[in-house]
Amino acid sequence: MNAIAKFLRSPIGQKWIMALTGLFLVSFLIVHLSGNILLLLPDNGRTFSAFVDWMESRWIIRILSILLFLGFTLHIVQGILLYRYNRKAKGARYAVTATDNSTWSARHMALLGIGILLFLILHLWDFFFPMKVLKAFPHQQLYDEVVQTFQNPLWVIAYVLGMVVLGLHLSHGFQSAFQTLGIRHPKYTPFIVAFGKWFSILVPLLFAIIPIALYFKFS
Amino acid sequence: MKLTLKIWRQKNAQDKGHFETYEVDAHEDMSFLEMLDVLNERLIRQKKDPIAFDHDCREGICGACSMVINGKPHGPLPGTTTCQLHMRHFKDGDTIWVEPFRAAAFPVIKDLMVDRSAFERIMQAGGYISVNTGSAPEANSIPVPKPIADKAFDAAACIGCGACVAACPNGAAMLFVAAKISHLGLLPHGQPERYIRARKMVERMYLEGFGNCTNIGACEAECPKEISLEHIARMNRWFAKASLIEEG
Repeated sequence: MNAIAKFLRSPIGQKWIMALTGLFLVSFLIVHLSGNILLLLPDNGRTFSAFVDWMESRWIIRILSILLFLGFTLHIVQGILLYRYNRKAKGARYAVTATDNSTWSARHMALLGIGILLFLILHLWDFFFPMKVLKAFPHQQLYDEVVQTFQNPLWVIAYVLGMVVLGLHLSHGFQSAFQTLGIRHPKYTPFIVAFGKWFSILVPLLFAIIPIALYFKFS
Repeated sequence: MKLTLKIWRQKNAQDKGHFETYEVDAHEDMSFLEMLDVLNERLIRQKKDPIAFDHDCREGICGACSMVINGKPHGPLPGTTTCQLHMRHFKDGDTIWVEPFRAAAFPVIKDLMVDRSAFERIMQAGGYISVNTGSAPEANSIPVPKPIADKAFDAAACIGCGACVAACPNGAAMLFVAAKISHLGLLPHGQPERYIRARKMVERMYLEGFGNCTNIGACEAECPKEISLEHIARMNRWFAKASLIEEG
């Protein structure tokens, strides 16, 4: 155990924490999206509500949601610690900075992370807190709440922007996680890079379509 | 060709430093360092302090020259060092910003010279093979598969100039350390110590205050020897194995 603790405290170990929690959060995106996409079915939310019912009645989902909270917290706290560490290690900045040697999103992962955090706060404020904490509405009513929220075009724009930020974060983060874990091989890396690129476009796009579709469907 | 140079001048490590502007008349066949030599000769004639910068072989193999030109370590050309950069790659009337390598672990000694001895201490921590391997053996007495030899050679091309650290927004030295770990660890003589070497060199790297890699890739893009990020993945792998699985 001592060896594991020592490794996780080393800076490469800290990056492993970023990579592993990052990939865990990626897996959550897939689960979340597969539920949300039901909102697009033309059945006035019947299937979506059935899915919510199912989620609410499963203890495994409860455990996973605690793990998810821990995953987010670890990813955020570790990210802040690494950012501060790296700022200190760089010291003085250049008067002229080259930008053509790397992608914008790779250089601004922390900024994009803050963007996602802001979106996350907004998102939890919209649905999670009123439903789970304040008990302002029962989970059977979630579909109506979602539809109502996205009648406000400002909210639709905020959610779409949130997904753009998520896409940029993933466009670097996905393949970066594998590099950090040392998973790099001429046979697999081209697939991982291509998969990460498509994932970072498709998943946020599908998420973003939902508020747009709901807005136009009911307005 | 007439150029305006904005050069970082700093008397010593304690001085705050500032940019100074110089007008120079350069020939397009001069190397960047020769252009600075001409400027320095003028400064000496004017009884002014010449600009301090590191240089040695001037043929791209020693890794001494170390300035950041217009935001890029070793200047705008890919796969070359500052000494291999010629003025023909600039245009008449250009303004060129020249700065020292920036990283907390590379403190400025004077002007464009930085202290890169942290690299030496990382090498002392494990960048060697402990056994005496004698003089060069007959070339084919120890067969090394071609793909492995190629990877090791890619890593061995590292001249330890520190451009990776200079280019990295995190001030990380991972490309340098990974190149050394790969170079020695992939070849037969270096294999027995590959994990312990990875652990010792990485630990020293952090002690020296270098940053942590976020896989941005600027190091690979700016490396005068075009060393691949593949080596960093290998270092991450070997360091994890050294820390979690290997004994000793």
